[in-house]
Amino acid sequence: MTIQTIQEEIVDEFSMFEDWMQRYEYMIELGKSLPIIADQYKTDDNIIKGCQSKVWVHAELDHDKLVFTADSDAIITKGIIAILIRAFSNQKPQDIIDADTNFIDEIGLKEHLSPTRANGLVSMIKQLKLYAVAYQTQLN
Amino acid sequence: MLNIEKIRKDFPILHREVNGRPLVYLDNAATSQTPQQVIDVIVDYYQRYNANIHRGVHTLSQEATDAYEAARIKIQKHFNAQKAYEIIFTSGTTHSINLVANGFSSLLRKGDEILVSAMEHHSNIVPWQMLCERTGAVLRVIPMSDEGELVIDEYHKLLGPKTKLVFVNHVSNALGTINPIKALINAAHKIGAAVLIDGAQAAPHVKADMQALDVDFYTVSAHKICGPTGVGVLYGKEEWLKKLPPYQGGGEMIAEVTFEKTTYAELPHKFEAGTPNICGGIAFGAAIDYMNAIGFDAIETYEKELLAYATEKLGQIEGLKIYGPKRNKASVISFNIEGIHPYDIGTILDKLGIAVRTGHHCAQPIMDFYKIPGTVRASFSFYNTKEEVDTLVEGVKKAKNMLV
Repeated sequence: MTIQTIQEEIVDEFSMFEDWMQRYEYMIELGKSLPIIADQYKTDDNIIKGCQSKVWVHAELDHDKLVFTADSDAIITKGIIAILIRAFSNQKPQDIIDADTNFIDEIGLKEHLSPTRANGLVSMIKQLKLYAVAYQTQLN
Repeated sequence: MLNIEKIRKDFPILHREVNGRPLVYLDNAATSQTPQQVIDVIVDYYQRYNANIHRGVHTLSQEATDAYEAARIKIQKHFNAQKAYEIIFTSGTTHSINLVANGFSSLLRKGDEILVSAMEHHSNIVPWQMLCERTGAVLRVIPMSDEGELVIDEYHKLLGPKTKLVFVNHVSNALGTINPIKALINAAHKIGAAVLIDGAQAAPHVKADMQALDVDFYTVSAHKICGPTGVGVLYGKEEWLKKLPPYQGGGEMIAEVTFEKTTYAELPHKFEAGTPNICGGIAFGAAIDYMNAIGFDAIETYEKELLAYATEKLGQIEGLKIYGPKRNKASVISFNIEGIHPYDIGTILDKLGIAVRTGHHCAQPIMDFYKIPGTVRASFSFYNTKEEVDTLVEGVKKAKNMLV
């Protein structure tokens, strides 16, 4: 599936919810299914700056696709990163670089998109894209 | 007895909604809200007499100067400083502390010791570390107990002939601990050390008396006591303010300037370079008037009642742990729920219209001490109600159900 299709799927799922509580409860559920980063990569180097909670992300190339694993000590943050990883993991680096992130707005998480917000969603997106740029260079 | 319903009418912001729910504002230790009486003073300043002070010959300048200096006198009286010029206007507590730290650069020698408490805000740690880097002085830490109180015996052991300065907050922003500052000051003075008390968190709850405390420096931010942001004061004893060199150079702080030499203005202007936050200073005075009209005794009594009520109600939630002392505490509750990150709780509470602070509260050493990433902090003001405490408790329960 393309990033675009997955994003539409996520937007679809979230559109079923009537209020924020259901959306958050679903996000928390998604957080529990996050592909957890291996302990050896849970290092200070892999911590994303700008989050009030700790977020670790690791990226690995599987043939021509980039696979992300992550973790956080806060469950809502974990849910947010799970949504991002679902959209971006197992994709070609160039596709990750080119992808837009408007779907975050559409699923009602716009409030988390402010760069001044302490949850670091913007930093997370930036970090995933940075990994993609790094691996794209390697592939070239 | 306070008429809370009447008081709440003074605060327009308390009547707004957040995320479709009535705002419950419990982040008062970060910033207090501003009553209409203070907002009116700010508007009146810009509508009627906005002008630069201390140098104009025209009427507006004179009116602004009079109002600004009248505010200084109000603040002097409120804190019972001996002289009005011992009150230096600053941009807030951080600026006040940096002013003193910078001044001591020329007074300290290598090997001198300065003591700082284990429960300080970063603004009362970092400037002193920088001072130590510049002078070769050594920073030593007064430890705290598990209950979040300073270990006074250790303090006495740390005090010695090399101790030149002691820095402690009056009230801890992260835990609410009210420190026994009078005893700390007396002990430091016995060995000839100067004492700076960071009063940022105490000012909204208690009226500190500079002469009775015999403190050398005391710092306050207006925005913690119903005033605007970006303004505060440094109280300094005249003898110390005369010893310290100016912090910033510029207009206002000079007596005479030639390219060969500048002579500095008298106190307080020596420390007030540039055009100050004139409106902010005047509004700070109005905030002090507002608080005094309500009365600090009544505020203290009511806030204690709110604190006891909230402590009891929150304490009934299973797995909830409150950090900090059980007695001698300002109306601040710092807590965590077992297995839940404070950030998650804060996020859910925000969705419910409840404003709290989460994180390390700019006091990372305290969080390291308890080995936690941070806490949720609810801080209560005299305009909060028991109904709001109930809303908080319900919110925390809801968050817990969602997050566990």
